[in-house]
Amino acid sequence: MLAALLCAAMPAPASSTGSGTDGSGAASAPVVPGVARPNAQDPVLEQRLIAVTKELRCLVCQNESIADSHAALAVDMRNEIREQLKNGMTDRQVLDFMVARYGNFVRFRPPLDWTTIALWFGPGLLLVFGLGVLIAQLRHRRTLADARAVPALSDAERTALASLATSNDRTTQDDRMGNR
Amino acid sequence: MNRAWLPLVGFGVLAAFLGIGLTLNPREVPSPLIGKAAPAFSLPTLAEPQKQFSVDDAKGKVWLLNVWASWCTPCLEEHPVIESLSKRGIPVYGLNYKDKEAAATDWLRRHGDPYLLSVVDPTGRVGIDYGVYGTPETYLIDKQGVIRFKHVGPLNPQVVERTLLPLIQKLRAS
Repeated sequence: MLAALLCAAMPAPASSTGSGTDGSGAASAPVVPGVARPNAQDPVLEQRLIAVTKELRCLVCQNESIADSHAALAVDMRNEIREQLKNGMTDRQVLDFMVARYGNFVRFRPPLDWTTIALWFGPGLLLVFGLGVLIAQLRHRRTLADARAVPALSDAERTALASLATSNDRTTQDDRMGNR
Repeated sequence: MNRAWLPLVGFGVLAAFLGIGLTLNPREVPSPLIGKAAPAFSLPTLAEPQKQFSVDDAKGKVWLLNVWASWCTPCLEEHPVIESLSKRGIPVYGLNYKDKEAAATDWLRRHGDPYLLSVVDPTGRVGIDYGVYGTPETYLIDKQGVIRFKHVGPLNPQVVERTLLPLIQKLRAS
């Protein structure tokens, strides 16, 4: 992944995927061993750079992070953040710097406030709601099944059934006799 | 209510949400800079690189900062609108973003130069300070140097008439 990122950090990555767009992603970029060297002088810094840029959205290709994107703006931002980290800014300060300019939208994990509350809790609520509906449906089905499996007979029905059974017995006996 | 209607109601709610989603522009990212002081810069001008222009030089004016580049096709589309603004006496300054000096000068010569002046930001560093993520972008800055409005993408006559001009009138009066 490190090599892929460094590859992407080059101004003109040699893309072999042929898709030609910014959407190809760093993962599909060819890993050229020689390319990683110039930036690998400080592996710790590069690790931090990856960690921070993975948190930031590329505003050109919005579903990619700054770490993954080949867009020119993402390259600029990576270079800017690398300088900032070199100059001793903390990860927090770098994120705040970007949020001050591009808004919370630039963060993949925006802070919890009234505008993002649906984003944070919406999926969980939908899941709970869905499970609730599912459980209610299953219970409803079971009561239906129970009702069908054991049809309750009233006393009158039982007597009628018993009399039917005895008369049926008799008929069978008569038939046997007749068959002889 | 009949339970049979529930799926239809669910569909209706979903359709409403998706319908609203269709009318929104996902590329339009609200700028946190609205209502804040325009980030300071001091950059060389395109026409005379030995001269510098800074945000403070435009203080006291209600002005537009238009981010453009010769490689940017929508900027050309927007160009007549910028020209008409300039003709109406609205000070428009250009921020020539990540461009080559020769190409930028040539572009202005060919299509006309509506800017009072353009400053050059070849690395896009000032662009990052302004939260630029696509050209063209236009910032409306008031007399005190506070950003009041930002438009991403080419300015069109509708935005100019409905939003920009009334806002400029208001800011000039204050």
